[in-house]
Amino acid sequence: MSDKKPVLELRKVDKSFGPIDVLHEISLKVGEGEVLCLLGDNGAGKSTLIKTLAGVHQPTRGEILMDGTPTSFSSPRDAQGRGIATVHQFGGTYPLMSVGRNFFMGMEPTKGVGPFKVFDRAKANRIAVEEVQKMGITRITDGDRLVGGLSGGERQSLAIARAVYFGARVLILDEPTAALGVKQAAHVLRIVNEAKKRGLAVIFITHQVMHAMAVGDHFAVLIRGAIAADFRKGDKTREEIADLMAGGESMADLEANIEGYMETHDGHPPQPAA
Amino acid sequence: MTDTSSTTGSGETPKAEEMSAGFSFGDFLRSPAAGALMGFVVVFCVFAIFGFSRNFLSIPGVTTWVNFASLVGIIAIPVGFLMIAGELDISTGAVLPAGAMTVAIVSGHYDLPVLVGILAALSVGALVGFINGFIVTRTEVPSFIVTLATLFAVAGLTLYLSILFINNTNSFYHAPDWAKSLFGGKVYGFNSSVFWWLALVAAFYFFLHKSPKGSWVFALGGDQESARNAGIPVRKLKISLFMLCSTCAAFAGALQVITFNSATSQANFGLIFNTIISVVVGGVLLTGGFGTVMGIVFGVLTLSIVTQAIGFTEIDRNLSFLIIGVMLLIAVLMNDTFRNLATSWSTSKKK
Repeated sequence: MSDKKPVLELRKVDKSFGPIDVLHEISLKVGEGEVLCLLGDNGAGKSTLIKTLAGVHQPTRGEILMDGTPTSFSSPRDAQGRGIATVHQFGGTYPLMSVGRNFFMGMEPTKGVGPFKVFDRAKANRIAVEEVQKMGITRITDGDRLVGGLSGGERQSLAIARAVYFGARVLILDEPTAALGVKQAAHVLRIVNEAKKRGLAVIFITHQVMHAMAVGDHFAVLIRGAIAADFRKGDKTREEIADLMAGGESMADLEANIEGYMETHDGHPPQPAA
Repeated sequence: MTDTSSTTGSGETPKAEEMSAGFSFGDFLRSPAAGALMGFVVVFCVFAIFGFSRNFLSIPGVTTWVNFASLVGIIAIPVGFLMIAGELDISTGAVLPAGAMTVAIVSGHYDLPVLVGILAALSVGALVGFINGFIVTRTEVPSFIVTLATLFAVAGLTLYLSILFINNTNSFYHAPDWAKSLFGGKVYGFNSSVFWWLALVAAFYFFLHKSPKGSWVFALGGDQESARNAGIPVRKLKISLFMLCSTCAAFAGALQVITFNSATSQANFGLIFNTIISVVVGGVLLTGGFGTVMGIVFGVLTLSIVTQAIGFTEIDRNLSFLIIGVMLLIAVLMNDTFRNLATSWSTSKKK
């Protein structure tokens, strides 16, 4: 379905924990310079799918292909080594550490010889600031700044810049915009576009249709562990996608219901069922 | 506050290159060591004023608390590492006497070479540390409980084995001259342990703040899940830190027995409090992720002055616990302020 060759592909992947089937025959592919948006309501199996992609879980059935060859990830580290980087909602950064140290966590640059190798702070700070600025975050100018002083969007961007710098080929973004304000979210979406321009395959998990529409090339809607819809940009409208995510229930009907209820109940919205 | 911090911030930006290589006063003020140093200076001055007439500044006055500080300090720094990594170790109170008794039994009772005794003590420490680390990393049990358990287990075992081997809970050991001067000698009243401490401070400082692995320790306390995702061997590192801590406690025990020629198998519960107070007064965040070696050093020195040197001043001895309690509270409150300052400094700059 894609003209670009897929970097990562899932073929009929099932994942069950004991008797519980969480994922059912998931088939997905994402190519270079492509953004695949994974949409789904809470509990749709998004997290399990991410963890399977990131090497935390192994699929029960089905196969994962990387560059067309079947593969399996034994651990998150293994997946990372092969270029799959996951950035979680809170950015995976350490608030009380400097930008430079955060950026190079686990991959510290050193200078000196033998047992006296020291962390090359100047180099780390310089590269970190450069890379983050290349991603369009120009407000970070000092690598010694503590990450706790950055905004949520900046922290996300730092984490994405880090993944890009360390040669990630597939970037998995787990609800990066969920906890952010409108402006910050726009920020992160710009970074996603930037990563895409650089030829990364991006898997963008979200339940905000607007955000998905802004960057996605290809969409998959996940409902109760199965792919309910799989379509390309422009195939469906925002309302249709929202309806799909709500499990087929038409959002418009729902809105009409609520409005009707409010009219008869002095403008109070209905109480959510406990 | 915002005003001064923003001016220092903008003043530093142009020479960021030069600053990152050398020492920056602004950096120091924002580091957790600053509060610890200020606390130390205040306590030292107050004690110097009240103790001037009672030899607080004399050599015996100074060595008393410095010698005490060295033994606490050898243990407090690795305890601080663990706290930075988000864990706690209180088993040190039992490991120190276990180390001391091991030296006394192996080298004293069985007449083996002193180095064998010390190595045996260090091995005991490493083993206890490994057990602590192993249990903490494999289970969900908080390290406070795990090390509380090993504290009592090791204390009990030390007593039992002491009776079994030498039929006594206390022991004497006179080290050969070379060992005595290396591990338990005196230079102008300063015990050898002071010099060992200084060497260890340098090594620990290098490890935490200069070596590439130092950041890993902070990452453990900052966000363990992210640390694991970043490919840091979380379990291995944690077990190593527990082993380092217990080994240092055992080493302090070995130094103690060679210095004072005697060992007791009684658990040293006071040491647990002393190390933890030092670490907190030294500006290490209880929740982990923040702290410095130099801060802990000042914390240890401050605690030692208050507990040990109070006899050299006109301040009533009985007040020392009160002072410690107040100090600890101030330190914890200040640590919060310093942490906020450290993060908000950057926010004020971008406006």
